[in-house]
Amino acid sequence: MTRFRVLIFLLLALFALPYRAHADELGAIVQQLGADDFDQKAGAVAALGKLGDPQVVRILDALRDGDLYVDVDHHVVFAKPNDDKYDISDPVTGKALGTVGSDKIDQIIVNNRIRSAIDSAMGGLMLFSDKRDDRLSAAQDALKNPSAARIPALQKAIDAERDDAVRGALQRALAASRLTSDDKKQQLEAIATLAGSNDPDVFNLLSQERNGGNLDPAVKTALDSALASIANRQKFIGAAATIFEGLSLGSILLLAAIGLAITFGVMGVINMAHGEMIMLGAYSAYVVQQLFEAVLPPSWFDAYLIVAVPAGFLIAGAVGVLLERTVIRFLYERPLETLLATWGVSLILQQLVRTVFGAPNKAVANPSWMTGGVQIIGGFTVTWNRLVILVFCFVVLGALALLLKRTRFGLHMRAVTQNRDMAAAMGIPTAQIDALTFGLGSGIAGMAGVALSQIGNVSPNLGTIYIIDSFMVVVFGGVGSLLGTLVGAMSLGIVNKLLEPVAGAVLGKVAVLVLIILFIQKRPRGLFALKGRAAEM
Amino acid sequence: MNPKSLLRNFAIATALFAAMATSPAKAEDTIKIGVLHSLSGTMAISESTLKDTVLMMVNDINKKGGLLGKKVEAVVVDPASNWPLFAEKARELLQKDHVAVVFGCWTSVSRKSVLPVFEELNGLLFYPVQYEGEESSNNVFYTGAAPNQQAIPAVEYLMSKEGGDVKRWVLEGTDYVYPRTTNKILRAFLHSKGVTDADIMENYTPFGFSDWQTEVAAIKKFASAGKKTAVVSTINGDANVPFYKELANQGIKATDIPVVAFSVGEEELSGIDTKNLVGHLAAWNYFESVKNPTNTAFIKEWHAFIKNDKRVTNDPMEATYIGFKMWTQAVMQAGTTNVDAVRQAMYGQKVKAPSGFTVVMNTNHHLSKPVMIGEIRADGQFNVVYKTKTTIKADAWSPYLAEDKGKIADWTFPWVCGNCTTAKYKSYQ
Repeated sequence: MTRFRVLIFLLLALFALPYRAHADELGAIVQQLGADDFDQKAGAVAALGKLGDPQVVRILDALRDGDLYVDVDHHVVFAKPNDDKYDISDPVTGKALGTVGSDKIDQIIVNNRIRSAIDSAMGGLMLFSDKRDDRLSAAQDALKNPSAARIPALQKAIDAERDDAVRGALQRALAASRLTSDDKKQQLEAIATLAGSNDPDVFNLLSQERNGGNLDPAVKTALDSALASIANRQKFIGAAATIFEGLSLGSILLLAAIGLAITFGVMGVINMAHGEMIMLGAYSAYVVQQLFEAVLPPSWFDAYLIVAVPAGFLIAGAVGVLLERTVIRFLYERPLETLLATWGVSLILQQLVRTVFGAPNKAVANPSWMTGGVQIIGGFTVTWNRLVILVFCFVVLGALALLLKRTRFGLHMRAVTQNRDMAAAMGIPTAQIDALTFGLGSGIAGMAGVALSQIGNVSPNLGTIYIIDSFMVVVFGGVGSLLGTLVGAMSLGIVNKLLEPVAGAVLGKVAVLVLIILFIQKRPRGLFALKGRAAEM
Repeated sequence: MNPKSLLRNFAIATALFAAMATSPAKAEDTIKIGVLHSLSGTMAISESTLKDTVLMMVNDINKKGGLLGKKVEAVVVDPASNWPLFAEKARELLQKDHVAVVFGCWTSVSRKSVLPVFEELNGLLFYPVQYEGEESSNNVFYTGAAPNQQAIPAVEYLMSKEGGDVKRWVLEGTDYVYPRTTNKILRAFLHSKGVTDADIMENYTPFGFSDWQTEVAAIKKFASAGKKTAVVSTINGDANVPFYKELANQGIKATDIPVVAFSVGEEELSGIDTKNLVGHLAAWNYFESVKNPTNTAFIKEWHAFIKNDKRVTNDPMEATYIGFKMWTQAVMQAGTTNVDAVRQAMYGQKVKAPSGFTVVMNTNHHLSKPVMIGEIRADGQFNVVYKTKTTIKADAWSPYLAEDKGKIADWTFPWVCGNCTTAKYKSYQ
């Protein structure tokens, strides 16, 4: 922070020597922030930005975060909550002014317009911040709000910049600012620089310029060809984005379906309560999150998800074992009764969760390492939560394949499902294996629930959203085949995402269902049909 | 959660169901009111709160000595988010339990389902949710917002300098009657303001939609055409959480592309991590964050009743509050719970609402209410950034739709009609 301040001081010394003498002026403008009228507030914010006092960053930050209030005498004060009351202090000098009740002060309300004004007021100062992200966002802001007045500051920032990404953003911002000039040569140069970018903001800016009146014909042509070349590249980027979206949707379908691939695919139990196992996993994530918040220091919070995954597995798995021992084992070989009984169980579980946790959705926060995304290339952002889930689903699938193929339990499991009597004759405890297999399937559904809590709702109805998709994937991929589930989920995901922009989400979903029905007519056993005796079951 | 407490909760739940099934034998000295909100199924998430709100109001009036010297007794039924079951349960409430009034319904489809029952049996329904309008029944009082009290002011706000001078519009909705009708009205309204079809994108997704990647990317693309763009969201229910999560993670900030929602309030936000949603908007007639004595008392009463200080209040709860207060005032004025008498007493009934305004029931069975626009805060509440100076009278029929030209809803003499172009009776001087 100190280095930052020194830099700003130097900057101020360079640009505007007669500053510093006006703590009074600063105070006067800060008072205007307390105006009722948003016009006046925006004016005050802009004036603060021009003032360039180092205090300004702190004051504007406080304004944006809602820490500035107006007291009964219409003075702007800085307030920090202290139990039910607030500690107030002077925003400029920092002098403490005592503690007041919440009815004595009113928060200064900030709307999007003021927020934009704050961004652009701070933009000039933030260009020289020592935090890379601050500089990057300042450069992006300068790109969105180009003005000739910013050119010198941008040039200085480019000279001082070491980071390539920020430098590139700064150069684009500079070009954007030059675009606003009246000099034709400068404009053409700027357009040439900007034509190489894939940033949607650049496209936005160029089309804005193109839509504007009285353009020079040469500039017009340059703009058209720049826009065309960006649009052309955007097509390829769009295709790449669609593939990623398809894989991401596929990974979610896969996670939801792996558990079912075991209980339905391997054991042959039509488990309508599968969705509720997912839901229980999601609620485990919620409970673990609450525990972390209540017990551990905030710095540990990001780790809650790591703990939630095994917790979700154990809780859903335990419920699965319980369900198998108390209900399903009496119904083997009777698919219709199993269907009805597990459907009943699913309703009971839903209402149980509703009674215990309440009907409204629960907020499960993304840990900071799963928030936001990374812009691969202009206009194509890969979000962290989806990327993590994509990786997670392959890890789960791989672990499951290893378990089935390489462990004794996996061997027993396959033996029991392929020929129960023979397995029993060989001394395998079939009842125990049944319970554990069902528990495993349910446990994986629980882990899926933890993952799904990161992209969607956590509500008692969570399971009903995924149950149909899960059955669709397993049936399409081929009952009993893990590879089939994988290929089925991924291809459904990609087909869905290819259809969606063309047909819309509603029709797209209908089309996928119709395609699957037609496919099943042709290949009743799905993509990867099991061969041999197991298939006769 | 250990198995013991699980078992205990299960036992409690079972006992509760048993208790509900064998509700107490009828006592002659009570006034029965029906509560028709889903307590299970997809809509339980929103509707169970309204059931609690009605029970809170009943509790309150009984503490003050009841109504017409009798205790008020709530008959709670569960239509389980099942639209035909709504009609069955409504019939049961009116014919078997002989309730004086019913508070209920959330989705428009459930309201449409019970409408014939209430009209056939001359019952009285108070409907507390913002909706698409295009209706006025003699047997329903609509205490939520009509489109001209929510959707149109929100769009007007975004068009203003304050709201960002928006020129390009994405109408994103869930695929059912409310979003489709609202967007039809909005499109007509935007046309009347000179917005061309090229600057409007309309898109629908199914209920419970959870994969918003394509839609958010399409919104981003639509917004990069050199004009300020906003999203008008009529996305309903569970689809909202994944939508907002995708928006936040794709880095769309409210200062870039603001989203204004008509179905997202405090209750819905309590299920979302709002840190990355600051500045997105919602339009309602009430926000929990408004400061006035009525609202403070309302929130305090709610917290005390529900025994949880963390539970929020929202617009449909306020509409339920207004409806209940108005009904009790009308009953006291009429001196009876007879539906025809109460209906007449309802017209012009005034209530000081938690929004801080005095709301009035009009003869088209809709309210005059204030309109407020709020921006989401990091703590899941809203900052009111705009509110109307006075209350706005609801239009049952939208003046922006060609097919609604000249339609009048007025249930008093000489019109006595909810959907007419000429009055039923001649007016004599």
